[in-house]
Amino acid sequence: MIATFLRAIGRPVRQWLDNVGFATRIFFAILRASGGLWRRFRLVSTQIHFIGNYSLLLIAVAGLFVGFVLGLQGYYTLNKYGSEQALGLLVALSLTRELGPVVTALLFAGRAGTSLTAEIGLMKAGEQLAAMEMMAVDPLQRILAPRFWAGVIAMPLLAAIFSAVGIIGGYIVGVQMIGVDEGAFWSQMQGGVDVWNDILNGVLKSVVFGFAVTFIALYQGYQAQPTPEGVARATTRTVVMASLTVLGLDFLLTALMFS
Amino acid sequence: MSNLVEIRNLQFHYGERPILSALEMDFPRGKVIAVMGGSGSGKTTILRLIGGQLQAQDGTIKVGDEFVDPQRSDDLYRLRRKMGMLFQHGALFTDMSVFDNVAFPLREHTDLSEQMIRDLVLMKLHAVGLRNAAALKPAEISGGMARRVALARAIALDPELIMYDEPFAGLDPISMGMTANLIRKLNDALGSTSILVSHDVHESFSIADYVYFLSSGAIVARGTPAEMMASTHPYVRQFVDAAPEGPVPFHYPGASLAEDLGLEVRS
Repeated sequence: MIATFLRAIGRPVRQWLDNVGFATRIFFAILRASGGLWRRFRLVSTQIHFIGNYSLLLIAVAGLFVGFVLGLQGYYTLNKYGSEQALGLLVALSLTRELGPVVTALLFAGRAGTSLTAEIGLMKAGEQLAAMEMMAVDPLQRILAPRFWAGVIAMPLLAAIFSAVGIIGGYIVGVQMIGVDEGAFWSQMQGGVDVWNDILNGVLKSVVFGFAVTFIALYQGYQAQPTPEGVARATTRTVVMASLTVLGLDFLLTALMFS
Repeated sequence: MSNLVEIRNLQFHYGERPILSALEMDFPRGKVIAVMGGSGSGKTTILRLIGGQLQAQDGTIKVGDEFVDPQRSDDLYRLRRKMGMLFQHGALFTDMSVFDNVAFPLREHTDLSEQMIRDLVLMKLHAVGLRNAAALKPAEISGGMARRVALARAIALDPELIMYDEPFAGLDPISMGMTANLIRKLNDALGSTSILVSHDVHESFSIADYVYFLSSGAIVARGTPAEMMASTHPYVRQFVDAAPEGPVPFHYPGASLAEDLGLEVRS
């Protein structure tokens, strides 16, 4: 009875440990393989263009709508206490501290993360990675490392754009449409947002999310079963795991940064 | 003549399932050697073991003066620079043009100028008859053409050893003949050694210097194509004559139909 129970939980635990061990090995292998990348930065810049630039429109539109909603909801709430002058501060802090990094990371996982997983998975299924290995070219160095660093670099840039567009959205709704005082909107924001505590902590969050989301996407593609079903499952796992990781990390980072 | 590749007492299994057992093979320099056998006989596994993509449980593989050891990745990558491999479906990089596919190993491993790389790539593509297809993407060319582009890529660095994994599979007779002719000509022109994994008897026998027949992970016959044509070995005969009856059973081994249907067998 006990032996059966231990066997039943032992197998998934061992599998989980195997996966964590393999993922850790791949992570450090990517970091090791990144050494010579700065001499061939074109590989990284091409990927920044591919995964960053192509996510730009989605991020900007999402940022604008989130800014609209923040402007509305913030006004309704602050108006109850006669503090609608603080709307600019509320919008800016919400975006730079939380919504900018988190929503960008979630959208990034859905847009660029799935595309990375599918690309690597299909390269594996088409024996392109094996062909590269046989040409004495390390796929970790040539394929995974440039994409990894492109994701890490693109994420804070996209989060900054999200926050900036979101603030404009909050301004349009709060100031232009509802009629909150424009001077109060900007001055409250200027006086209340701290560069180090608010903006840099938000940037730090998005860098951490960049590491996490991009690595999860690449790892899932790299270890996907080389079949159509395997690639489809890996793509789904990327979205689920990356989203949960971002939300979990956000709680941890918030507790550490703002406690 | 010395051997470029030597395989000694090679054992390989996936879990409990044996794939190759006590394999001994020699691949002399400058020759085209065909490794033949039915599907699942372990032919492609041999290529992957020589290339260090799989690790054998026992035995050794020597290429030139070096042993293949997948654990020592630096040595393995150095050794792979002497090898070229043609994958069954070409494995071309789909995001690159035909030209860039062939240029890839040159750009990765040499410091040649772009002008020099261009000339070399065009020469390689000319050798496989596809110089004028340089600007096309892999999606724009046929399966036979993709195989020839992959061949041009495999020989880009003039390797000592070229491995071909089912180069004739899925090709029409004209492309098949072209590919076979190319394999022989390129081997002789480059002075390399070719290992050809195939189950196409006609094309393989027409270009190979020596043939190994593999069944269930072991060598069952070996010799020149002429010797194999004259062989009386039941497996070779079934294979060469494409006979439906012989030592290779039609049914996957296991319980009989009578047992599965719960019928009693009359004595």
